[in-house]
Amino acid sequence: MTKYRINKTRFVDQTKNVSFTFDGKKYHGFEGDTLASALLSNGIHLVGRSFKYHRPRGIMSCGSEEPNAICQINDNTDLTEPNVRATEIELYEGLKASSQNCWPSRHFDIGGINNLISQFIPAGFYYKTFMWPKSFWKKIYEPLIRLSAGLGKSPTQPDPEIYDHKHEHCDVLVIGGGISGIISAKIAAQNNLKTILIEDKNILGGSTIYQNNKNFIIDNQKSNEWLMNEISELEKLDNLIIKTRTSLAAFHSYNYLLAKENISDHLPLDKKNGNIRQRLWKIRADKVIVAAGAIERPLIFNNNDRPGIILANSVKKYLDFYGVSTGLNNIIFTNNDSAYETAVSLFEKGISVKIVDIRKKSSSNIVKNAEDLGIKIYWHSTVVNTFGYKKIKSIEIMNLSEDGSNVTGNKRKIQCDCLSISGGWTPMVHMHTQSGGKLDFREIDQVFVPSEKSENHINVGSCNGDFELEEIFKNTNNKVKKFLNINESGFDKISVLCSKELEKKNIWLLPNTISEGKTKSFIDFQNDSTAKDIKLALREGFKSIEHVKRYTTTGMATDQGKLSNMHALGIIADTAGVKMGTLGTTTFRPPFTPLTFGAIVGRSVGKFFDVVRKTSIHEWHVQNNAKFENVGQWKRPWYYPINNENLHEAVQRESKTARDSAGILDASTLGKIDIQGSDASEFLNRVYTNAWSKLGIGKCRYGLMLNEDGMVYDDGVTTRLGENHYLMTTTTGGAANVLSKLEDYLQTEWPELDVYLTSVTDHYSTASICGPNSKKILKKLFPNKDFSDEAFPHMSYQDAIIDKIECRIMRISFTGELSYEINIESKYGKSLWENCIKAGEEYKITPYGTETMHLLRAEKGFIIVGQDTDGTMTPIDLQMDWIVSKKKYDFIGKRSLYRSDTIRDDRKQLVGLLTDDPNEILEEGAQIVSELDKKRVEMIGHVTSSYFSPNLNKSIALAVVKGGKKMKGQKLFVPMENKNINVTVSDFIFLDKENKKINA
Amino acid sequence: MFVINCPYCGERDQSEFSCGGEAHIVRPKQPTELSDDEWAEYLFMRKNIKGVQFERWNHTHGCRKWFNMVRDTSNDKIHAVYKMGEKPPVI
Ligand SMILES: [Zn+2]
Repeated sequence: MTKYRINKTRFVDQTKNVSFTFDGKKYHGFEGDTLASALLSNGIHLVGRSFKYHRPRGIMSCGSEEPNAICQINDNTDLTEPNVRATEIELYEGLKASSQNCWPSRHFDIGGINNLISQFIPAGFYYKTFMWPKSFWKKIYEPLIRLSAGLGKSPTQPDPEIYDHKHEHCDVLVIGGGISGIISAKIAAQNNLKTILIEDKNILGGSTIYQNNKNFIIDNQKSNEWLMNEISELEKLDNLIIKTRTSLAAFHSYNYLLAKENISDHLPLDKKNGNIRQRLWKIRADKVIVAAGAIERPLIFNNNDRPGIILANSVKKYLDFYGVSTGLNNIIFTNNDSAYETAVSLFEKGISVKIVDIRKKSSSNIVKNAEDLGIKIYWHSTVVNTFGYKKIKSIEIMNLSEDGSNVTGNKRKIQCDCLSISGGWTPMVHMHTQSGGKLDFREIDQVFVPSEKSENHINVGSCNGDFELEEIFKNTNNKVKKFLNINESGFDKISVLCSKELEKKNIWLLPNTISEGKTKSFIDFQNDSTAKDIKLALREGFKSIEHVKRYTTTGMATDQGKLSNMHALGIIADTAGVKMGTLGTTTFRPPFTPLTFGAIVGRSVGKFFDVVRKTSIHEWHVQNNAKFENVGQWKRPWYYPINNENLHEAVQRESKTARDSAGILDASTLGKIDIQGSDASEFLNRVYTNAWSKLGIGKCRYGLMLNEDGMVYDDGVTTRLGENHYLMTTTTGGAANVLSKLEDYLQTEWPELDVYLTSVTDHYSTASICGPNSKKILKKLFPNKDFSDEAFPHMSYQDAIIDKIECRIMRISFTGELSYEINIESKYGKSLWENCIKAGEEYKITPYGTETMHLLRAEKGFIIVGQDTDGTMTPIDLQMDWIVSKKKYDFIGKRSLYRSDTIRDDRKQLVGLLTDDPNEILEEGAQIVSELDKKRVEMIGHVTSSYFSPNLNKSIALAVVKGGKKMKGQKLFVPMENKNINVTVSDFIFLDKENKKINA
Repeated sequence: MFVINCPYCGERDQSEFSCGGEAHIVRPKQPTELSDDEWAEYLFMRKNIKGVQFERWNHTHGCRKWFNMVRDTSNDKIHAVYKMGEKPPVI
């Protein structure tokens, strides 16, 4: 055993040695230790430097509230992890930890120079100093701040660990495995309710499990003995799930909670591999019992941040739970009775201890116990200074004046190697407020306690403001019974004895002889903000707690102000002379403790990040060297390079071949909606701008769909398959939205219509063959079919059979070429495609991708919804007046087409643009101006589509320009970074305006 | 995240649903006879109140049915759920 491991406990197995390194040096601890307890057992207090002043800092607590002992795990590796609290991480063989925020080492720290110039770093320093000149921010200030702030290093490689998500439902969820949580869980589970108990530590029992003091008796046993038995009883219950190492992250409305379970973080390296690291539980609970406990408050006095200054209850836990003494010559500085339990524990282990208490006296049993043992108590006194650079060596104390507002008498110096501080307790009301609960302020001990309103959750134990064992026990039992509608419990007749605190006193900022400006009384240890900073913020006019918090950064570090928020509030209230309860608290936001990104995303990483949709022809595209682009979730062939062609070269070749001979496109991704019902034609009349009633069976028609605001929403070809049966196609990206919009109208506005919609996008594969030779290829594929213009005209469809499989052939065109689309059941898509390629071989048919498709349709002046439109274009703006029915009384968006705003003639309108230099290709998105010589020129439009057309041998572009309809022939300019491009407004149909090709 | 009692499927997580804004705004039967202001009233004006609000919801990842819901936006308490076409309850 080391010098500081002075006690054997049942929680740490001292037969099982665990070795680890800290800052590169090897140490030993035992199984059951945390990194913090193992460091303390080796006499190590100094674990890092503070954020702003780089003051030496030591371990201060034993839990999630720890502000100082924040470590980097596996430093200098690709997978290093920052911001791990030494007080929470369980020791395992091979653990490599190092201190954070100090360079070159925690013993010699260059940033410590900030400590010497600290009077020049007041609240708001960063805001005031690093503001000007603006150009300094990116190159000088930000790197400087980041370098000296240094809150750990991020890993540089993707996280290889496995994370999991799991949904769980239960009748009762109990948060916290201390005594009140255990009582609650037992009552619930014994009454046939499916119960889950979660506890963030590795064992149940909270602080009672090591409360080995004769003043705390339950059922005639010491409270720890009694609780030990209760826990073994609890573990036998059938309908209770106990989850240790599981911390609550968030408590949302409707009792929806997130909890993070650590599954393998505590395992030695050789046993971690392959295990899930953490699991995020998504729990929907009928009822929630919060038993989250309380956090001990520090005291705020000059130099209250030296290594060796530790919260009193943590000192007790290190001693009674881990068997480690945080010092051999202790002083306890307190304003309440709970620290006396620590004193008695230390004394009983033979360790020197003295007490400084700000109260005049206390008449409780535990204080009497300490007095009887002969422990020296300095009543009505306060610490005014501490000494020792890397570890506390001594303190100075003085008497308090009668009202406690000042100090009197002489300073007295006392030697020590550890100062335990206790400023009372703060109930953990975070869960309660996260769920929407409100708080009340309790004057007597200055705490915010839950104000119970919810029917579906309660708070019990110290998080509810019950601090004494007897009230915890009785109140928990009674509240839980009432909450769960239970008449009797096994706890009704159990007697509880405990020490009771009668004298209470609190001073948020302890008085001193020297002026505040010259003291360092830390409130937020992690962010290095002091009482002085809070007062400065108030003097500078900040009033709201939220503003003071942001200005001073109090409570904004990774501990979210668990130790500091109450003191900040108290000092603000005292300084401003208002009641603390009227100030309100800052908002407690989830997560309660930081969550890893891994736990948040769970399994949704890599190939599981999003759904990938592939057409049935996909494999052929891969084998034929297609490059793909993502269109929504679909993978679509973008282009098919041959012999190292780049995008431009491949697209030029593909589009030339398609126009000169034949091309084939996988159009399977287009949205397809099957529409049936006796009112199908009427329905189409209402959702499209053009008329549908007279469309013959077997005919196809292009339709434009608007939003109710008159703006173009989607387009596509719809085919009349039968009297009451249509097949609608939509854009690839718009399919799901169109279906849901149509459903919305059907269900809510026109429920009288007899129409049924079914998404059949995935049911059919589509091969689209275009080009002057397409008819010949179709003839080869379907030798029995008559493809003459009379038998099979443009914009019509016919059923056909290929390889005994039924299919549909639509003669429709998006390229301006003679073109056929063959739709076949998806599973035959690839075979159909291969047949088409084979039949087209003699015509050098080329597969083409989306890029060539875009080019071909742009040559023909066909719009792409979402590329040439952006939700602000009406059909009139697009010069598509021809498709807007004048005869129909109504359709979606009709009324909006003659609102005063939509009939303005200076709206942006679709035009064609030709560059004066035919080889100059405009950039899509480029702005357009009509004059260059002014300092500020109006941007009158932008380029929406731009290509080099191999068929026209010049650059072409589509654009939207204010009042563009009337500008044909006008010269405009496209200003780029280093030149201005001269363009001329043209017709937006660049090729075959007479539709000779389509009808060839 | 709240739980919604779909009138067709029963209780489901909110993540299965999407909200379609204020309920009981009927599309005018004769839009062409409305003035710009009257049409704009239908088209653009929606309430967004703190308190009890009547809303349209769609069970997007379920039965895909639209229905109405009365929700207190200040605490997400759901007072009523009812089918399209049914009379709104008095709250
Ligand atoms: Zn449903």
